[in-house]
Amino acid sequence: MNWDFIAELAVCVTIVIGSVFILVGSYGLLKLDYPMSRLHAPTKAGTLGVGGILLASMIYSFALGDGSLHELLIMAFLFVTAPISAHFVAKVHLHRDHLKQDLPVPPKDPLWATKDTGGQPQPD
Amino acid sequence: MSRILTGRLIPHPLLTLLLTVTWCLLINDLSLGTVVFGLIVGLIIPILTAAYWPNRPGVSRPHLFLGYTLIVIWDILVANVVVAALVVFRRNRSLTPCWVAIPLDIRKPEAITILAGTITLTPGTVSADLSSEGHSLLVHALNADDPDAVRDEIKHRYERRLKRIFE
Repeated sequence: MNWDFIAELAVCVTIVIGSVFILVGSYGLLKLDYPMSRLHAPTKAGTLGVGGILLASMIYSFALGDGSLHELLIMAFLFVTAPISAHFVAKVHLHRDHLKQDLPVPPKDPLWATKDTGGQPQPD
Repeated sequence: MSRILTGRLIPHPLLTLLLTVTWCLLINDLSLGTVVFGLIVGLIIPILTAAYWPNRPGVSRPHLFLGYTLIVIWDILVANVVVAALVVFRRNRSLTPCWVAIPLDIRKPEAITILAGTITLTPGTVSADLSSEGHSLLVHALNADDPDAVRDEIKHRYERRLKRIFE
């Protein structure tokens, strides 16, 4: 049991964990039946799936001797941008497919922003 | 006098720190030269761009961000496993997706953005829309029997902490 073996084991385990979550995320995208539910699957792959693989890359680089922290930066940019694209997909879905009465009434305001057309009729 | 000087020279200390750290990570090296050049970048960019954000976000307790980040990472880990189990082992019919409306107590746009991002990153919930005047958030939950419980958990776990950080 030397350190190289333990590091290799850790790299393998984190890669497998990451891949499993990406696989489950992709499977969920196909399996779930409702567009908003489908949106939940990629957010999963984007966090723990990519996170696991980046962690494996970091462990590998530190085990080889010259450590690398690039991966933290990838993670940070992913965490900043992933919610925004999910938000846009959700907004498009609300805009095209949902009637106002399907949604809960906003507690403090008259309308949800996507439904606020400024008095214009909703496009079909 | 010294206040004015630091205000002019370092208009945004947190941005300076963030840019320096980002630079060191980009170069992937922690030698003196990298840190100094990162500091130069981190000092020049805020000065050049200060004019473009007159209402820059004020963070009253930035040190609490660390605890918040750790809690969010832990929640992402736990919720990932829970949602993966839902996706793999449950039939679509037995899932109960629902909309949750969350009244917001935080007012700053930056705080609301971070809250919405946190909600989307933790699997099981996706933030979908803001109300027309920005006083509430529309969240979609993948499997929630009780929308009120989801609302209370988000308000208690994340919004309360963000309120302390920003206000």
